[in-house]
Amino acid sequence: MLENQTLAPSDGYVTADGRQIGGVMMDLRNITLRFGGVEAIKDISFDIREGEIRAIIGPNGAGKSSMLNVISGFYVPQEGEVWFNGAKRPPTKPYQVARQGIARTFQNIALFEGMSVLDNVMTGRLRQMSSGLFSQALWWGKAQTEEVENRAAVERIIDFLEIQSIRKTPVGRLPYGLKKRVELARALAAEPHLLLLDEPMAGMNVEEKEDMSRFILDVNDEFGTTIALIEHDMGVVMDLSDRVVVMDYGRKIGDGTPEEVRNNEAVIDAYLGVSHD
Amino acid sequence: MTSAQDASQGVSIPHLLARNAAQFGDRPAYREKEFGIWQSWTWSQTASEIEALALGLLSLGVAPGDHVAIIGRNRPALYWSMVAVQCIGAVPVPLYQDAVVEEMTYVLEHCGARFVIAGDQEQVDKVLEVKGATTVIEHIVYFDKRGLRKYDHTAMTSLSDVQAQGRDASDEMVKTMQSRRDGLGADDTCVMLYTSGTTGKPKGVVLSNRNVIETAQNSSNFDTLGPGEEVLAYLPMAWVGDFIFSIGQAYWTGFCVNCPESAATMQSDLREIGPTYFFAPPAIFESHLTQVMIRMEDASRFKRGMFHMFMDHARRVGPAILDGASVGLWDRLKYALGNVMVYGPLKNTLGMSRIRVGYTAGEAIGPELFDFYRSLGINLKQLYGQTEATVFITQQPDGQVRSDTVGVPSPGVEIKIAESGEVYYRSPGTFQSYFKNPESTASTKDAEGWVATGDAGFIEEATGHLRIIDRIKDVARMSDGSMFAPKYVENKLKFYPNVLEAVVFGAGRDRCCAFINIDLTAVGNWAERNNIAYSSYQELSQHPQVLEMIEGHVNAVNASVAQDEMLSGCQIHRFLVLHKELDADDGELTRTKKVRRAVIAEKFNDLIEALYSDAPEVTTETEVTYEDGRKGTIRATLSIRDGNVSPKLEAVA
Repeated sequence: MLENQTLAPSDGYVTADGRQIGGVMMDLRNITLRFGGVEAIKDISFDIREGEIRAIIGPNGAGKSSMLNVISGFYVPQEGEVWFNGAKRPPTKPYQVARQGIARTFQNIALFEGMSVLDNVMTGRLRQMSSGLFSQALWWGKAQTEEVENRAAVERIIDFLEIQSIRKTPVGRLPYGLKKRVELARALAAEPHLLLLDEPMAGMNVEEKEDMSRFILDVNDEFGTTIALIEHDMGVVMDLSDRVVVMDYGRKIGDGTPEEVRNNEAVIDAYLGVSHD
Repeated sequence: MTSAQDASQGVSIPHLLARNAAQFGDRPAYREKEFGIWQSWTWSQTASEIEALALGLLSLGVAPGDHVAIIGRNRPALYWSMVAVQCIGAVPVPLYQDAVVEEMTYVLEHCGARFVIAGDQEQVDKVLEVKGATTVIEHIVYFDKRGLRKYDHTAMTSLSDVQAQGRDASDEMVKTMQSRRDGLGADDTCVMLYTSGTTGKPKGVVLSNRNVIETAQNSSNFDTLGPGEEVLAYLPMAWVGDFIFSIGQAYWTGFCVNCPESAATMQSDLREIGPTYFFAPPAIFESHLTQVMIRMEDASRFKRGMFHMFMDHARRVGPAILDGASVGLWDRLKYALGNVMVYGPLKNTLGMSRIRVGYTAGEAIGPELFDFYRSLGINLKQLYGQTEATVFITQQPDGQVRSDTVGVPSPGVEIKIAESGEVYYRSPGTFQSYFKNPESTASTKDAEGWVATGDAGFIEEATGHLRIIDRIKDVARMSDGSMFAPKYVENKLKFYPNVLEAVVFGAGRDRCCAFINIDLTAVGNWAERNNIAYSSYQELSQHPQVLEMIEGHVNAVNASVAQDEMLSGCQIHRFLVLHKELDADDGELTRTKKVRRAVIAEKFNDLIEALYSDAPEVTTETEVTYEDGRKGTIRATLSIRDGNVSPKLEAVA
């Protein structure tokens, strides 16, 4: 098994394309997650470092989405510890995790279909809004200034993801690739430190995948957002990510740079297929 | 207030800028939608932005006479760049933003630009690829910083940093700039624009300040354009039309130029701005009409019925009302009611409620399409022009508008028809020369200033309007000696919404054959309604029902061509529907979407051979270029159909 154990938690490293990666942001230690008698995740440890793009790959049913749900606080593992920003995280509710600066997108798009793109992205700003129900209903005082500020922030994201032309379009009318982009916009609107993407390119065509890859890289580059993503498309994973965790049947079978993972026997056998030459 | 039309102050664009800043200081000069809000700049703000930019470019070392390339989508900052470049005695050279690297290499090499001003990362990447090899590019200035922060900045600066540098410029620098600006004369070069190159390599057309300003003045007077006009700048900045509308006429009359938020939002931006003066090639009008028709088919029966009833009425009396002809009271009342119920809301949706003057040019426009807009009360007119004439050669005056002519000579323009049928003109807008190409200059412009347009045409005796037949080099003889004018037939085909593009062959042959491109929006929508399943453009294009529909169009065109005694030989005997859309990236179209006949004939030689054989179908393999520049091949079997041909009319002597 490959391990990056040589790197101290507080040290950073420099990626192949010259980006400086910081110390450990999220540390998962010996996580085990059970659903009744089924062990979805078995004793997995890995970390996510400040500023990196970290991929989790594996065949169907390997436990990738469960892992992401553990990170987002939706599942509480029976064993193991989740350390975030140097502190052990007690079992928390998802909204508390969101307040800590973690945002996510979903494998099967979870947008409000009847609302416009703009309104959907605005919901991502919920954490930044504090005016009361009454003030918001009357659009008075604090609610007014808040709305203007948040709208400005949302517009910057709309511009960034180049979705100006669908700003007022109801999400239900959009094609799949654009819905995925709107979901990314909503996650970004929360200004996360850690962004979790669950299969951001699933079901996309080549052009949409290229666009999405560029946006993911741009998000990481412009906002310095740390990104953890699950993805099936190996080409995308190898191009995008700095380090890759490989899972199979709930276990970790590899961890390292794309190059290391690609040459790892166990990974090739389990996931990429056994080579016959 | 002194009149805007005072020529003595306007020998150059920078002079006009100074005049506008003094005269219209607090009126808007530019607007751009950014972050969902229309941002605007007044003429005096514009003047100070441009001055800062000019000083910044000066301190980067731009020398008088330098060519400075400008590449990007329509944004105020890039328009300012053009004028800033002029302020320091250099010459702006706008480039097509969708040009691929090879095309860009040729132009950058040819104009010898040392400085490039690029809109965003995409353009910077292309320029970096070109840089070094055979070009002399020294420095890149970019506007949108996104994605560029980590690039090597030794020879790259952001536009805002250049402006900041300009604002800190020394007095000496300011003096240098002022002396270069004040020294600009009417005969100095204003801009260099590359032709799209229907044949061969693009040529750099040099236009002087006099060309641009006199043309802007004449054409503004022709349509009584004033400082209150609003235009939407969305056509490529490298195209002469955009330069004349968004810089020439805008600076001459002092009207406001609005830049859309992005290329995809053009339609909604158009609606928000509601321009009073609008320009579009026929393709834009056509796609708007297609969208309206598709949406009407989805509307409720009541609305659909009302739409058709009033549109029929408008088609009957609308153009006459617009031309001020006499129309009965009852018809006028019904038209007024239609205006409230249908025309008004429709124009509002199209963003054309306020249009006072609209022009279409570049290609012939279908009579039905043209009449549709005119019947709504939109004053759409045609003009005929080219880069070498600083656009205007002929245009249609209000009240004398027809779809089959291109109008009377523009003010100051003289026209003559040579014996060969080619149209010649002489005008204040006549270009100075082709850059680094004296042979072409000499063969296009004679010593007396007459310029060959390359188009065949004639002047209608009764009205004095010019009619264009085709490109003179495309007009040829068929093997039996009858006249062959492919564009004439192609245009008739293209007037059908289902046909996007057509290419007719027949020079030196015994009969005509055609390639046809279907329009994916129109045909795709039709397929959906008729429950026809398809998985790709290629599959749809070869569907038997689609072929049948196209055959119907071909037969209708043949019937109409057969009526023309001169051109009845041009009826289409056999045709096929192409398996791919003709594309500028594959070199089949120019960047302004005109077909490159020679390229297509060479590339699809096997298909042409098949058309002139008896084969019922042909299998072919075609190389295509994807948007990212990679190449691939597509393989297809195309069926060939026959058109109904009427016997040739004997030409009456």
